[in-house]
Amino acid sequence: MVMAASAESIAVPQSDETRARRDGFADRLFRRIVAGAGIFVLATLAGVALTTLWGGREAFATFGFKFVVSSDWDTVGKQFGALAPVYGTLVTAAIALIIAVPVSFGIALYLTEIAPPWLRTPVAAAIELLAGIPSIIYGMWGLFVFVPIMGRHLNPWLNEHLSGWPVVGALFSGTQYSIGLGMLTAGIVLAIMVIPFISSVMREVFLTVPTRLKESAYALGSTTWEVAWDIVLPYTRTAVIGGIFLGLGRALGETMAVTFVLGNVHRLSLSLLEPGNSIAATIANEFAEADSEIFRASLIALAFLLFVVTFIVLAIAKLMLRQMEKKEGK
Amino acid sequence: MTNPNIPLATASTVSLIAAPPGADAKAAAVASTPKMSAKGLDFYYDKFHALRNVNLDIAEKKVTALIGPSGCGKSTLLRIFNRIYSIYPKLEARGQVLLDGDNILDPKYPLNRLRSKVGMVFQKPVPFPMSIYDNVAYAIRHYEKLSKADMDVRVEEALRQGALWDEVKSKLNGSALGLSGGQQQRLCIARAVALKPEVVLLDEPTSALDPIATGKIEQLVEELKERYTIAIVTHNMQQASRVSDYTAFMYLGELIEFGDTTTIFENPTKKMTEDYITGRYG
Repeated sequence: MVMAASAESIAVPQSDETRARRDGFADRLFRRIVAGAGIFVLATLAGVALTTLWGGREAFATFGFKFVVSSDWDTVGKQFGALAPVYGTLVTAAIALIIAVPVSFGIALYLTEIAPPWLRTPVAAAIELLAGIPSIIYGMWGLFVFVPIMGRHLNPWLNEHLSGWPVVGALFSGTQYSIGLGMLTAGIVLAIMVIPFISSVMREVFLTVPTRLKESAYALGSTTWEVAWDIVLPYTRTAVIGGIFLGLGRALGETMAVTFVLGNVHRLSLSLLEPGNSIAATIANEFAEADSEIFRASLIALAFLLFVVTFIVLAIAKLMLRQMEKKEGK
Repeated sequence: MTNPNIPLATASTVSLIAAPPGADAKAAAVASTPKMSAKGLDFYYDKFHALRNVNLDIAEKKVTALIGPSGCGKSTLLRIFNRIYSIYPKLEARGQVLLDGDNILDPKYPLNRLRSKVGMVFQKPVPFPMSIYDNVAYAIRHYEKLSKADMDVRVEEALRQGALWDEVKSKLNGSALGLSGGQQQRLCIARAVALKPEVVLLDEPTSALDPIATGKIEQLVEELKERYTIAIVTHNMQQASRVSDYTAFMYLGELIEFGDTTTIFENPTKKMTEDYITGRYG
């Protein structure tokens, strides 16, 4: 016994050393693998940016800055400008968020604060199912069900009642509103598509607000609305804005559903009721028909612009968030 | 509600109103002007019967301590006094809780008025995610529209009452989350008294604090009782004996013994109270 024990204790330092060496190696390997996964993101991003920039170089070289500020899209005369699709992309995404953010806030608040416990889990699961529906389904539903409704009811009503107003009137004017295709329709369909993403993120972060924080607000006499607005929202703000970014990213890049309901007309029009175009929809629609080198280059250049637009929008949002935090003196 | 199998059941009648004469002569002295009183109070967490026929008076401008082992219902009782329990479904209080003679459990009693009259400070410091100034002003804005100048005065007054003013006056616009735990808790007290309540409920206010911060809070409680009626839940026997005028000992949802603090700690009537106070269980 004594012998065995001492033999063991002698053996310990050696095995310790080998163990340390092995652990050190395994740890370094692990770090490299994880770092590789992180770099993968940057590499993909840079790859997409460079590829689209390279593929679109001819368009940028031919039209220069005019490519961004012109709304020409003449496939026969070979004059291309990206303004109409860029504008359409931004406007449809903006409409989508204007509708989706408040609705998602309501859904998340209802599910975390107000709904009876037995209802919370099924509704949360339903939201996740909605997020999984392929966009082509939303597109078909949009075209066959929603577009006629818009064309027959909502658009004429908006046109009749709002087009006479100063400033906002221009958004609801036009003559082609009864078709039902257009930026408002696309924006609403997009809103329905991004609501599941935004609301499920909001719901999850609302659940992280400590009970005692909410209780102490209630104890001061706050109503449910005040607790939500003054306590829950500020407490989760960063994550909520993250969830909105996620939805915004989707809305900017969504292709299929938008292609179905936007109208695909290259014309810059202020009116939300008139057919328009977006970057992703233009590429999807016209890539197969791009019969000239400059046409194809223009489409790839559009893809690069989508990239730039998304980047700028997200950067502005980040800056706004930082500004808000600074104001609060964090 | 009286269950003969529970030997202590009769003890829950220890209160001024239902108490047998003599046994609670000291408690009776409390009741000259009870600010709040629970009468025949039962409480249910869905099916769990958490409080059984509790009768208790909270004397005006005194400190009443609620003590007892975990799960005895002392926090539950405190949480009934401002109806904070009502934000959750399936919780139910039966019986009466009177505040200046009005039954606050009556659904017709306006919640807003109740919460402005009965303030509460929780176990862990819970500053809101806003500036120190706004933490206090937020509470006041619920009830009063004040000009900036008047609000400044009120915020300062509240922070002074919370014994925090000197430490934070130079950084009122800084985030409240940057304060230390003890400072945060005093901010919560300041926030509660900013509404000029009549009763302040303290639910184990020092259990998350170090001894120095605890000492400051206890001193503060001493000062606050000149203006407010205070009910404090505590696990700390010494704290109860130091800060309170009256002590209620609870066990398994029943009020076992109630009386002035000196009597409860030095000469308790019930064996159980003595055992708990001397640390034999709980």
